[in-house]
Amino acid sequence: MEAKTIKTQHVPVRYFEGGKGAPLVYLHGAGGITADDPFLAKLAERYHVFAPLLPGYGDSTECGELREMLDITLHTWDVVEALGLKDPILVGHSMGGMIAAEMAAVAPNDVSRLGLICPAGLWLDDHPIPDIFAMLPYELPAVLFHDVEAGTALMTAGVRIDDPEWLKGFLVQNARQLGMAGKILFPIPDRGLSQRLYRVKAKTVLVWGDGDKLIAPAYAHAWKKAINGAELVSIPEAGHLMTLEKPDHVAKAIAKLG
Amino acid sequence: MKFTWFNLMPWPYLPDDFREKHRSVWVDIDSRLFDPAKSHEVYNSYMDMLEYAGTLGFDGIGVNEHHQNGYGIMPSPNIIAAGLARRTSDVGLVVLGNSIALYNPPVRVAEEFAMLDCISGGRLVAGFPVGTSMDTNYCYGQIPALTREKYQEAHDLIRRAWADPDPFAWNGRYNKLRHVNIWPRPIQDPPPIHIPGGGSVETYDFCIDNTYSYSYLSFSGYIRAKALLQGYWDRVAERNAPDTSPYRAGFAQTICVAETDEEAERLYSEHVSYFYNRCLHVYGGFADAPGYRTIKTIQTGALSQYAPPIDGYSSLTWKDLTEQGHVIAGSPETVRQRMEELIKGLHVGNIFCLLHVGNMPMDKCMYSTKLFAEKVMPHLRDMFPDYKDDNRFWCKPLKKQAKPGSLPAEREVAALVGGKD
Repeated sequence: MEAKTIKTQHVPVRYFEGGKGAPLVYLHGAGGITADDPFLAKLAERYHVFAPLLPGYGDSTECGELREMLDITLHTWDVVEALGLKDPILVGHSMGGMIAAEMAAVAPNDVSRLGLICPAGLWLDDHPIPDIFAMLPYELPAVLFHDVEAGTALMTAGVRIDDPEWLKGFLVQNARQLGMAGKILFPIPDRGLSQRLYRVKAKTVLVWGDGDKLIAPAYAHAWKKAINGAELVSIPEAGHLMTLEKPDHVAKAIAKLG
Repeated sequence: MKFTWFNLMPWPYLPDDFREKHRSVWVDIDSRLFDPAKSHEVYNSYMDMLEYAGTLGFDGIGVNEHHQNGYGIMPSPNIIAAGLARRTSDVGLVVLGNSIALYNPPVRVAEEFAMLDCISGGRLVAGFPVGTSMDTNYCYGQIPALTREKYQEAHDLIRRAWADPDPFAWNGRYNKLRHVNIWPRPIQDPPPIHIPGGGSVETYDFCIDNTYSYSYLSFSGYIRAKALLQGYWDRVAERNAPDTSPYRAGFAQTICVAETDEEAERLYSEHVSYFYNRCLHVYGGFADAPGYRTIKTIQTGALSQYAPPIDGYSSLTWKDLTEQGHVIAGSPETVRQRMEELIKGLHVGNIFCLLHVGNMPMDKCMYSTKLFAEKVMPHLRDMFPDYKDDNRFWCKPLKKQAKPGSLPAEREVAALVGGKD
């Protein structure tokens, strides 16, 4: 994947581009994404992938003008426009899925294919989502991965999770990235999306890990009910970060969109 | 010098194994540890203590705001201050303060502070903290990355609500109010404002530009505070503030006084230990919501709290705490010397004296407080003779204070109103 930058109304936006095929816009989750992400590589085998970073993520510029859900939804439409894309396949993971679903709800005629990978955005009182904003780094793998030990190694690139240099980098990155994510996810990741999902017209594929301990599989059914005709693909032995744990399976599910 | 007797109002009944059995004293502290019937005694004795301090020559008595917190059972400091306003007469009421981003709309703070100022005859010293991440983000749900912007707007709105004599419209980002016109208005125009801060340059500048006093309310003592306060004074110089008055800054210090150093250790060490080893047990995940603090602070901060405790918790001893300056304790002479070091070293004119510590019973607290007031404070009064007339950062009470109990005798009422009986 190649790292590029494009101008938008508020800030220059960093994005990764690669692959050949139908254009697909991929929106990352609250943990962010890097150019060597295995899931992006997988998608690029089949699609022309554009993966923009939300402002403040990675090395991209922060944006004080983006404060709430509508700002972020419209900003992301601005990015699609700036990339010169019309009705790309829209795919998002977790927070990115929440943004993608909002985009499809505000502009239902501009999105005909929608892939939602364990998206945030709904809240079920019987299944409260753990508060990742109040978790210490060493506590995260247990809620993010099906295989906690392997997941920890994926998260830290093999470094010990209490390694001071890794910790410092992680915390600085979190302050920027989760600071931005908090605008739509803190303290409860519900910005009223459930009232708008009826508007979505896109062919929709929902992908959920059976072992998701952050946004429990009960949410998959709530989403399926909320979006007319949505298809649910369950992935066994996969946690919330299944794009890292099972990139092949997730990409295969997304391929159902065509 | 301005000395404020300050009470956090800690819950004094946290169990001995609190740290082992509970992950945090704040945010998700077990509500079953709170006993409402016992709190009746606790609140009333703490208020008695504040009132007592008000009779000993302290310039102020102080309260503050915390939420869901085992060492500060004062979510509404204004309620306590209202009680104190009635039962004291010539001491400043230091409310340090109201977390103004949490009030909806923030004119509520403008109104309540105005009420306190009017009831107390102009004795209010007003604090406007951003609020800790625990209070503001985790307990009160404010979005971390937007907290400062919301705070700023609340501040601007409150100042204008106090100052503008006419109704005005406020079209803010966080507040839409068509008719702002508070009743009552404060006696002081405006009350002096103190801003508790934690070392960010933006807060330094905010204080310097508005002639507010910058307060550093840490519990870790004056030795560790040196770098932070130095940063502030450097900034005061850089921005060409008209003066370097020590009243531009304040500092909170835990203090314990006894007849001798040995007696201080004997009387107070268990209460100091209760505070430092039990009350300050805050779960690391609540310390700092992402987006609340600046990147620079994280880069320079300690990281140990983000790693799992390996061998359980170690305890800070009396020796650790007094030598490192978390606590200034000992005979009046020892305390005087160290307070001088603090005042000169940090160049601070406002001292918030934490003379009640942890689960200290009231008799010991009175003992320590009285020794400080009589044998320490008088020697520290004139540390800054050049600035002795600088009253910009302190309250200006009315000369004539109303007294509670001013009603006429019941038997005279009929005669006074001209009735027959």
